[in-house]
Amino acid sequence: MTSHVILRVLLKLLIPLIMLFALYVQFHGDFGPGGGFQAGVIFGAGMILYALIFGLDRAREVFPPRLLEVLVATGVLIYGGVGVAAIFFNGNFLEYSVLSHDPVHGQHLGIMLVELGVGLTVASVMTTIFFQFAGRGRTDD
Amino acid sequence: MLDLVHLVLFTFLAVIAVAVIRLKDLFAAVMLMGIFSFLSACLFTVMDAVDVAFTEASVGAGISTILMLATLALTDSEEHPEHNRFKLLPLLAVVFTGGALLYATFDMPLYGDPSAPIHQYVAPHYLEFTGADIGVPNIVTAVLASYRGYDTWGETTVILTAGVGVLLLLGGHAVVERFRRRRSAGDEDGE
Repeated sequence: MTSHVILRVLLKLLIPLIMLFALYVQFHGDFGPGGGFQAGVIFGAGMILYALIFGLDRAREVFPPRLLEVLVATGVLIYGGVGVAAIFFNGNFLEYSVLSHDPVHGQHLGIMLVELGVGLTVASVMTTIFFQFAGRGRTDD
Repeated sequence: MLDLVHLVLFTFLAVIAVAVIRLKDLFAAVMLMGIFSFLSACLFTVMDAVDVAFTEASVGAGISTILMLATLALTDSEEHPEHNRFKLLPLLAVVFTGGALLYATFDMPLYGDPSAPIHQYVAPHYLEFTGADIGVPNIVTAVLASYRGYDTWGETTVILTAGVGVLLLLGGHAVVERFRRRRSAGDEDGE
């Protein structure tokens, strides 16, 4: 890993920007193009880039596969949890309007939480799939 | 002018598709597929479908290219066709299917036609009430996350299933080992 100096230096600068952009896409999806899915893919791409340049072992230390596995389920749970929460507020499944006093506020809250769930699941699934592919044939785990 | 842009992009798409079929070097084919996705994303942008273009660029050109390259690293980056003989039946099947698809496009509404069925069904309702009901400027987000929340819920579950499937197929041994180790550690604690 002593080679690719230029790539490593550049990516050290780029990866934080990529992840920041992913967060922007995630939370600005209501106003511009983008949303949870795109943000998740971009964040996952940032993690995969890290693994490509700094090696799989180091990437697994930074983004532990166990944590990613938990996050995969957490995203779907957040999505489903918003739906079930709406039922507890006397609404239908995924009816965000009942989540707050003001229906529009409820919609905003619901959309933000749901997109967060999608983003978490997508980012961690993409990285998990890459880790599995790249770690195939190794005997260290 | 816009027609010219469409024409150039579609021509590039066709050329790249033929090149991908002809190439025996799978590494180059994967790279061309990435370029294909980027050109599709450009096409979607020109057609004002920015959200779709975004997804195409990040998924088609980004993640799937990386996953294909990872697969090539595990297998072989050269295609070895078993026989190169000319076959009539597959050619006929392809020509017939392609012809049928082309014939079907004559019945489709023109691009941007306001009287097309897709613009008459629920789309006017979304366009009219998103501002008052949901209050987000990006109607695509409103449709995806709120009006069509069930569909997106299903899609998220599909992604979860894909992740679980890959984990079980490719990481099955490691998962089993982990549970075995945990069980043996638990036994030692019990003694």
